[in-house]
Amino acid sequence: MSEWSKAVSGFKSEDKETPTLSGSRGLQEEEPPLFEQDAPGRCGVDLPDPPAVKSRLGGMARQGAIGLPGLSEPQVIRHYMRISQKNYAIDTGIYPLGSCTMKHNPRLNEKIARLPGFADIHPLQPVSTVQGALELMDEIAHWIKTLTGMPAVALSPGAGAHGELCGMMCIRAALDHRGEHRKRVLVPESAHGTNPATAAACGYSVDPIKADAGGRVDLASLREKLGQDVAAFMLTNPSTCGLFERDVREIADMVHGAGAYFYCDGANFNAIVGRVNCAELGIDVMHLNLHKTFSTPHGGGGPGSGPVVLAKSLAPYAPLPWVVHDAQGLRLVEHKDGEAKTSLGRIKGNHGQMGMFVRALSYMMSHGSDGLRQVAEDAVLNANYLLASLKDELTPAFPGTCMHEALFDDRFLEGTGITTLDFAKAMTDEGYHPMTMYFPLIVHGALLMEPTETESKDSLDRFIAVIKGLARRAKAGEVGYFQAAPRLTPRRRLDETLAARKPVLRWRPKPGERRAAE
Amino acid sequence: MRYLPLTDTDRKAMLATIGVESIDALFKDVPKAARIGGLLDLPRHQGELEVERALGAMAAKNVAMGSVPSFLGAGVYRHHVPAAVDHLIQRGEFLTSYTPYQPEISQGTLQVLFEFQTQVALITGMELANASLYDGATACAEAVMMANRLTQRKKAILSGSLHPHYRDTVETYGRFVGFETVLAGPDPAGKETLASRIDAATSCVVVQNPGFFGELRDHTALGEACHKAGALLIVIVTEPVSLGAVKPPGAMGADIVAGEGQALGMGLVFGGPHLGLFATRDRFVRQVPGRLCGETVDVDGRRGYVLTLSAREQHIRREKATSNICTNSNLCALAFSIHLALLGEAGLTRLAAINHGKAVQLAERLAAVPDCSVVTDSFFNEFTLRLPRAAAPVVEALAQRRILGGVPVSRLHPGHAELENLLLVAANETNTNADMGAFAAALTEVLR
Repeated sequence: MSEWSKAVSGFKSEDKETPTLSGSRGLQEEEPPLFEQDAPGRCGVDLPDPPAVKSRLGGMARQGAIGLPGLSEPQVIRHYMRISQKNYAIDTGIYPLGSCTMKHNPRLNEKIARLPGFADIHPLQPVSTVQGALELMDEIAHWIKTLTGMPAVALSPGAGAHGELCGMMCIRAALDHRGEHRKRVLVPESAHGTNPATAAACGYSVDPIKADAGGRVDLASLREKLGQDVAAFMLTNPSTCGLFERDVREIADMVHGAGAYFYCDGANFNAIVGRVNCAELGIDVMHLNLHKTFSTPHGGGGPGSGPVVLAKSLAPYAPLPWVVHDAQGLRLVEHKDGEAKTSLGRIKGNHGQMGMFVRALSYMMSHGSDGLRQVAEDAVLNANYLLASLKDELTPAFPGTCMHEALFDDRFLEGTGITTLDFAKAMTDEGYHPMTMYFPLIVHGALLMEPTETESKDSLDRFIAVIKGLARRAKAGEVGYFQAAPRLTPRRRLDETLAARKPVLRWRPKPGERRAAE
Repeated sequence: MRYLPLTDTDRKAMLATIGVESIDALFKDVPKAARIGGLLDLPRHQGELEVERALGAMAAKNVAMGSVPSFLGAGVYRHHVPAAVDHLIQRGEFLTSYTPYQPEISQGTLQVLFEFQTQVALITGMELANASLYDGATACAEAVMMANRLTQRKKAILSGSLHPHYRDTVETYGRFVGFETVLAGPDPAGKETLASRIDAATSCVVVQNPGFFGELRDHTALGEACHKAGALLIVIVTEPVSLGAVKPPGAMGADIVAGEGQALGMGLVFGGPHLGLFATRDRFVRQVPGRLCGETVDVDGRRGYVLTLSAREQHIRREKATSNICTNSNLCALAFSIHLALLGEAGLTRLAAINHGKAVQLAERLAAVPDCSVVTDSFFNEFTLRLPRAAAPVVEALAQRRILGGVPVSRLHPGHAELENLLLVAANETNTNADMGAFAAALTEVLR
């Protein structure tokens, strides 16, 4: 036991007093790593004998064992079934992570993505044999352009942060083309960490912009920092405070007036899809996360897809490849010559996250123009319902209504000795995934809740009742209860300090010990 | 609308709780000029049947690789994926969970990542691996940037056997991030000598094994030359099945291994999403980009897993992070890991032997086609064939005969007259003797 766990051992769960023989608890099965279930020679697939040929490996044959464990198919199935059950998921409950947009992932999308005509095509097949795939890319581009009001879209970025990188590269390419070497990028303090990281990756220094008392961009601070050496202003809108930047057009004019570009982080597009024309906000470039607004599964952390919409001024710099129509049908522009000579080049292998395009288009078509508008309305309605229902028990960070997410600070915990983290861990015992915590950074002990349109009113009402109940327990001074939470989860609080101080990043046999079955 | 649970009665009641008249009041901060009054010019909502019909029609216009004899590779490989893989990755607990930021209720994903990192380290012969990156090309760019940070130098030498998409991606990153890329010319024969190009400004040399043209090379001496000059050796692997048969990069002195994991567990999906692999040495761990999962204990002393060393990452370090990367390619990593769990030691080595055997058989058959010759001396499951004329139209003519006969090198390396006649051909466990016979016969006919 580490120092850290000794320090908190006063909060041991009562459950430990009735240990089981197996270590499993009811339906919660303990499951060792694959590597502890090895029997040499055992295999979960049947393969024929290799053809008898004279090796052409040219002396490059692998020497010695690899060290992979041997398991049968039923063991593998059981292994993953057991560990899957240690995960929370949107399929099992509300997942109110702010700015993450954890919405339902329709199974129709999965079914269509697995059609052989989409799943089983090679990116380098002759284009005459993949006309349907190019048609799908063309079609989703049309939907994205129509939904945002923007004239061009680059489909290739592999995720939201990759879309940011692509967008900033477009800006840098346009400035290079103008012969201007600007040095700074302005980013609000409330921004997601990827914004400053992306600007830095593109060689810019990052200059933070303060928030005003209402949580919005402080226009005076922006005006003061704008100058001839500013390449871009990056703004998330609606913001990570769950607010729409109502001065966005004035901001756009100020940014353009300084000769800079206006980057919009579209992470929170779900709040405005079908209700807001982004081109009319004056933005030059914006990435979308298909796994947020357009329901492609998060998969425990990717894969994502981050298409980038571009104004006319930036479109010539879009990354390769893209789809064009010609006399023979559809084709891909894959190289930086002729029609693509101003392109910034390639930022990833192949043609973008096709599997995500299929899922997202299936979702767009299912909802249609009417349904997508309803999505934004219901997402905003649900968030405001949470805000209104919790505003007396919790402490809203800012007055007034919100967009897609409700932001609270930790004033309601003041003097209790209970932190936002403790509160969150108690939520997990109640069967809820916590909200986003300690973000945005400008709000003390932030609790950021985004219910999305997926939740029914009943689901929200149950959630609200639990949050209120926990807030009351906190205010009643039940410190020990919160600090010892969670008790009922597959694991209790984990020692993150130990993990970072002595990193164990892979399985190894214990010294002096042979593997179980050897 | 089937995905929306709120009823009009609910909406009305909720607006009353909020204390506003209508939904429009919640959008009051949107400037008038940007408000969309009615519906956009897009189709209205549709049922499952209609959506499936429309998208099914698009899918039907494509020739699925599995429906005809197919021999394409070039960094993307169609292997047989066991049925259990796709079943398991569709478990909702895996499919619909978020990044495991709350470890107490994310042990499933975290244990998967810990096992995945171990598997990647083992097959590449490296000490540690991360939780994955977007794809092979971006993993390659991240490897170069990590080498730049470690050496405090800014020049990467890229082999002529590196996949052109990877070269192009690194070059793009270099232009914007601010490092120099030296590109060696395309090297179908695998004879280039890069050691002599290393100088005091060189941060790394990037090679690929098996190379883009299929060739196998031992880069041990190159690694030694790198280390002597204070530079790092980065080895790219685009076909992980090869690691069941071929000397791994770790045994050649590689400092960083990056690559593409798609060949295990995933389909082709027209090129994405795929899986960026990233492995390195223990001493470099604090400069690794992307997520890392580590083992620890909970307050009751039970073994568990967490995301760790996140002081490298953007959500903590913001503009000082090692990378702007925010996600991994988690579901793809899961598929890869399940496929490798099913194969195990015995399965991966046997699968690799089958792949090599099939490729040798195909090389012999195609070498017998009049005026064709195999350019690659030693290879794993892919090789370069020289045709008597330009490869691209030959591939088109083969497609007319319902055979997907490889990738013309000119598709990826345009504008090189000396490469026009080269065809990249891959074979593996999915190709039957009949397929290979049909390919050789069709090629003979097309070239006649």
